[in-house]
Amino acid sequence: MSAKAEALGGAEETKLSPQFHVAHHFDKADTQFDAGRMGVWLFLVTEILLFGGLFCAFAIFRSKYFPSFVEAHHHLDRVMGGINTIVLISSSFTMALAVRSAQKNEKKKTTLLLAITLACAAMFLVVKYFEYSHKIHDGLLPGGNFTAADFASGHPGIFFAIYFMMTGIHGVHVVIGMGLILWILLRNQKNEFSSRYYAPVENVGLYWHLVDLVWIYLFPLLYLVG
Amino acid sequence: MANTATVDELGHSPEVRGKNYLNQTAGVWSWLTTVDHKRIGIMYLVSVLVGFGLGGIFALLVRLELLTAKKTIMDASQYNQAFTLHGAAMVFLFIIPSIPASLGNFFLPLMIGAKDVAFPRLNLLSLYLYWIGAIFMLAAIVTGGVDTGWTFYVPYASGVSTTSVISATFGVFVMGFSSILTGLNFIVTLHKLRAPGMSWYRMPLFLWSLYATSIIQVLATPVLGITLLLLIFERAFHIGIFDPTLGGDPVLFQHFFWFYSHPAVYIMILPGMGVATEILATNSQRRVFGYKAIAFSSVAIALVSFLVWGHHMFVSGQSELSSAIFSFLTFFVAIPSGVKMFNWLGTLWGGSIRFTVPMLYGIAFLFLFGIGGLTGLFLGMLSVDLHLHDTYFVVAHFHYVMMGSTAIAFFGGLHHWWPKMTGKMYDEKLARVGFALTFIGFNWTFFTQFILGTRGMPRRYYNYLDQYQPLHAFSTYGSWVLGLGFLITFICLARSLKTGAPAPANPWDSATLEWQTQSPPITENFEKAPIVTLDAYERPAEETA
Repeated sequence: MSAKAEALGGAEETKLSPQFHVAHHFDKADTQFDAGRMGVWLFLVTEILLFGGLFCAFAIFRSKYFPSFVEAHHHLDRVMGGINTIVLISSSFTMALAVRSAQKNEKKKTTLLLAITLACAAMFLVVKYFEYSHKIHDGLLPGGNFTAADFASGHPGIFFAIYFMMTGIHGVHVVIGMGLILWILLRNQKNEFSSRYYAPVENVGLYWHLVDLVWIYLFPLLYLVG
Repeated sequence: MANTATVDELGHSPEVRGKNYLNQTAGVWSWLTTVDHKRIGIMYLVSVLVGFGLGGIFALLVRLELLTAKKTIMDASQYNQAFTLHGAAMVFLFIIPSIPASLGNFFLPLMIGAKDVAFPRLNLLSLYLYWIGAIFMLAAIVTGGVDTGWTFYVPYASGVSTTSVISATFGVFVMGFSSILTGLNFIVTLHKLRAPGMSWYRMPLFLWSLYATSIIQVLATPVLGITLLLLIFERAFHIGIFDPTLGGDPVLFQHFFWFYSHPAVYIMILPGMGVATEILATNSQRRVFGYKAIAFSSVAIALVSFLVWGHHMFVSGQSELSSAIFSFLTFFVAIPSGVKMFNWLGTLWGGSIRFTVPMLYGIAFLFLFGIGGLTGLFLGMLSVDLHLHDTYFVVAHFHYVMMGSTAIAFFGGLHHWWPKMTGKMYDEKLARVGFALTFIGFNWTFFTQFILGTRGMPRRYYNYLDQYQPLHAFSTYGSWVLGLGFLITFICLARSLKTGAPAPANPWDSATLEWQTQSPPITENFEKAPIVTLDAYERPAEETA
């Protein structure tokens, strides 16, 4: 980053990211950038542990109530889940491209890519909305709320408890991610990012990839494996 | 320790003298919007002391109720709420944030020669999250209390209890984020903001203990978060994961809960160990014996802490094989703890020891942690635990660790760093009286409970057999002495703010970096960024000696 900044030359450098300055407690911009990125990685570790509890519960109840889990997972819509998987992977791709274009001072391209990412996230939530309303309509609900008839096995409610908790918390992460993407999109519009300073774009990108990654585990575990 | 290029003997130009972090700006708003780690540390300090006072009042009420074998001052359901709120306030409002968020926040940047933590605004957010969580917890108290015990065990907490479980657990959930953010901030700060020359092995050992603590905070707290979230959903929407009538598993809750709450015991004790190390080194006037052994034993405790949670569940219905493995692993905790103990004693050996007020707390820590740690081995042993489980022996054990070790270290650290934080010296005589009453009262209260426990008195009982009454009464009398000791300590410290003599920069002649700036420090911590040329606890004089 610093090599690139030096290559740009002084006058042009001050034109880029006029609002950016190194916080007083860092010795240089590189340290600040590294610290921010390290902080985000540590935060992502906490996210993995948060979901880890749910993955653990999934593993335990799946082995305990295997027939229920097999029967219940047939009621999930693989097509909708598959569409959402493609949508999210695409959004991760456009997010990665947005980080790259921010680094290359291509402001308009960054805005476009972030907007596409945002649209994909919104589409994910719309598909999720249709899936949820279908489940609610059929009474395929967690634990004590489970009302669907003609289930042969004992505890499908536990499967749907885990399904709703995992996809629900994931959905909350998607909504938060949309807020963050919108925030960097607006900052990008205000010319705040450049090859000198693109840390927020990169860090939101890291978060968004994690949200995508969690779904990539959720989809096969909940929808596909029998 | 550091060779700061000095302008006067303290390293401050004349115009800087008189200005410090306390009087740089004024007004409530300047405190609520500050990003200065020192001010945030002070606000945390006041907050955790309020939490300690709240938990302490409930503790005195619980002890008072247990003065007689039947009803003394409250009915059974009020008693259940009193011990629950005592535990919850002490654990979540006081001990978990106590040393890291107050003393750690204040001194971590100073000790590495930095101007602030890596993310100052995140630091302020962490404080606000703590306050928001505390408000939910206080709301629980006014809107019906909580009577589940601080462990919130299901199915009682998820279905049976009619008290404000959701508000209390949501408060703890929010406070968890506060804890995570503090830990994350400290890890990044220690990695990225050490002053030139401040290598990892030159850091004061308090910082190694905070580093180990932060690792646990970051890795364990999210699991508590998801556990409490599931509990809240279980209670609100009957999702069934923990409810045995719906096929759920209550023991899973205990596994999840202790996966956090056992490491959390080390979130509580590791910073106390670090504070004790600083006090012992300063007041023995020599370098710490076995620096690396103490540093790595902190990290070792952090790692082992994740492998032993099942020892809380020996009678919960987990398999005998699991219990045996957890019991075996539990003994590994004794190794790094023993390493620390012997290195502290090695530091005292041959030192020229001064019995300052902080040193009294430091030595008390060694005694009380010795007792608390060794009785932990009794409980880690499967066959012994089956008899002692859920008796007063357990209560006495964890009070020796949490209060006798962590709280004593916290108050030792408070006396040690008080001159630096406030710029005032306190009345040593009064502080000694406060310490003496605390130490006597503590042992009076809790050593009695070891005896109660070995005789079979179960914990959390409202009514008990008459045969236990004399010992219960004896323990209650001790709690009054203990309460008086803390009261005198608070009065002593509070009075020093008004009438205390101005503190010199380094009143204890300590070798660490935070004493090389003025008392209280300026907002930027150091007039000139320090360059470290000496090892931890090394004094310039030693080079010629």
